[in-house]
Amino acid sequence: MGKKLIELQNINKSYNGTQILDDLNIYFNENKFLTLLGPSGCGKTTTLRLIGGFETPDSGRILFDGKDITDLAPNERKVNTVFQKYALFSHMTIAENIAFGLKISKKSKAYINDKVKYALKLVNLDGFENRSVDSLSGGQQQRIAIARAIVNEPKVLLLDEPLGALDLKLRQDMQYELIRLKNELGITFIYVTHDQEEALTMSDTIAVMNQGYIQQIGSPEDIYNEPCNAFVADFIGDSNIIDGVMLEDRLVSFLGIRHACEDVGFGHNQPVDVVIRPEDIELVEPSEGFMAGDITSVIFKGVHYEIEVMANRFEWLIHTTEFFSVGAHVGLKVIPFNIQIMHKPESSDEKAVDTNE
Amino acid sequence: MNKFRKLFAGPYIVWVIGFTVLPILMILYYAFTNADGALTLQNVTAIAEPIHFKALLLSLRLALECTVICLLLSYPLAMILNGLKIKKQSFVVFIFVLPMWMNFMLRILAWQMLLSNNGIINSILQTLGFGGIQILNTPTAVVFGMVYDFLPFMILPIYNSMVKIRKDVIEAARDLGANNGIVFFRIIVPLTMPGVISGIIMVFVPALTSFVISDLLGGGKVLLIGNVIEQSFIKGMNWNLGSGLSIVLMIFVIASMAFMNSHSKETEGAAVW
Repeated sequence: MGKKLIELQNINKSYNGTQILDDLNIYFNENKFLTLLGPSGCGKTTTLRLIGGFETPDSGRILFDGKDITDLAPNERKVNTVFQKYALFSHMTIAENIAFGLKISKKSKAYINDKVKYALKLVNLDGFENRSVDSLSGGQQQRIAIARAIVNEPKVLLLDEPLGALDLKLRQDMQYELIRLKNELGITFIYVTHDQEEALTMSDTIAVMNQGYIQQIGSPEDIYNEPCNAFVADFIGDSNIIDGVMLEDRLVSFLGIRHACEDVGFGHNQPVDVVIRPEDIELVEPSEGFMAGDITSVIFKGVHYEIEVMANRFEWLIHTTEFFSVGAHVGLKVIPFNIQIMHKPESSDEKAVDTNE
Repeated sequence: MNKFRKLFAGPYIVWVIGFTVLPILMILYYAFTNADGALTLQNVTAIAEPIHFKALLLSLRLALECTVICLLLSYPLAMILNGLKIKKQSFVVFIFVLPMWMNFMLRILAWQMLLSNNGIINSILQTLGFGGIQILNTPTAVVFGMVYDFLPFMILPIYNSMVKIRKDVIEAARDLGANNGIVFFRIIVPLTMPGVISGIIMVFVPALTSFVISDLLGGGKVLLIGNVIEQSFIKGMNWNLGSGLSIVLMIFVIASMAFMNSHSKETEGAAVW
């Protein structure tokens, strides 16, 4: 792991009496791609704007390389931002847009020209110097916005849902480009999105946020495979989340059945959330599963079928590559390793999770 | 259907032909003929006569002064407005547009009272110990009246172009290292240029051609080119001279508009509010 580059300490922020961030603590390591992931209104954009200097916290400190930058204006910070709606200067050419920051820092003409060329090449838009902003497509404008930011060689690049306005194919292409850029430039990316797939694809680290709290921080694999609560499990991919009771170590009961699992240390007869990923459930003969039910819907999704099964008055979501027809009576099977047991939310911050579903 | 729809434009076409095209043709005819109907350039070249030329220069000077004052008042105001909350914004705009709903003559007559030697402004100056000063019947009074009348035409287009600037564009500039000065001169000013241009045109042109304001607030002592034209039509009954000078004034109006338009790359939003 690299060293801590940015650190947010005990940040509080509220607007018009609504608490957006509540005692937030998070740090960002050098040369990493970190994503703040969460539903709208979870405080992720506010966190990014605090780092960029567009907002000041009500309390708490922001450290950059160990120095307190809480009260510095945006133009005094060594970070650059890529805005959601590009925010290009429509009265300037592409080259003037990219050169804006360099001109302010009084770089030589030759240096600026070289840098603009280099930046355009980096975002695959060579030769666009004299085009006007209006003549570019959304994807191209976003590339220019990225070029305009990275040309200043910031230590940190802040990206606020930069791909939100692009169509699916372009978004996927840009995801790979961003990973390439991050590797080529060796700078820290802090990325804000509500798109879990985007977050899983690009990030070194993901921080899942909800209601102003960080729910979980970890690698994409950790977050996906070991979600720490029902909110994270539900937000990252699809999940079957069932009320259950942990009877003892390695034995859980839910929907009237008992099933083996691998979790320990929950005590006896503890109410818990049982989470099973749709792709971890196998459809088998009715007698072979832990419970049986009828298929209520089958939707073809390309890679797999999305199947809903009504069993023990719960609608199960299952992803499988095999075709089944609606109405078929099937059994559900899952190996103990793929059953995740989670504590029921206790504190108010975790309870907020429920209201958001 | 299409034919039927075209019929609706009929009254307007009659109006335009009767009250715009025909009068212009008549002015052109009178301008290039003398009283006997013979072709001549005399009426147009008459602008070179000292009294006419002086009036034209004074008109240009006062129109320019009025435009500059309007611009200096409007730009900061538009910026302040833009910073207010939406509800307050529309209220302040309402206040500024309010005078436009009152009759133009009434407003000018009111200024006549205010600026007169026994008027409120002079009595305030006297109580403050400055002594009375002659404002009414001077070019200053005329500029006063023009500014008062034409100010909304400057504020609205500038305000509109300023409202259109997205907040994230300003933030992007700050993010790239721009301080307040750079944000103002490199971002806000260029992006509000279309509004400024259309504001200048909408103030300068009517100020250049006005004659009622100078009549009422200038007391016949401030002779603008508009007054000269008015007098040659009404008092002198010399339609030929009046038409000739009108043509000259029209050329100045068109030239100033062309000049302003050539200085705005995008005319989008210009003259629209």
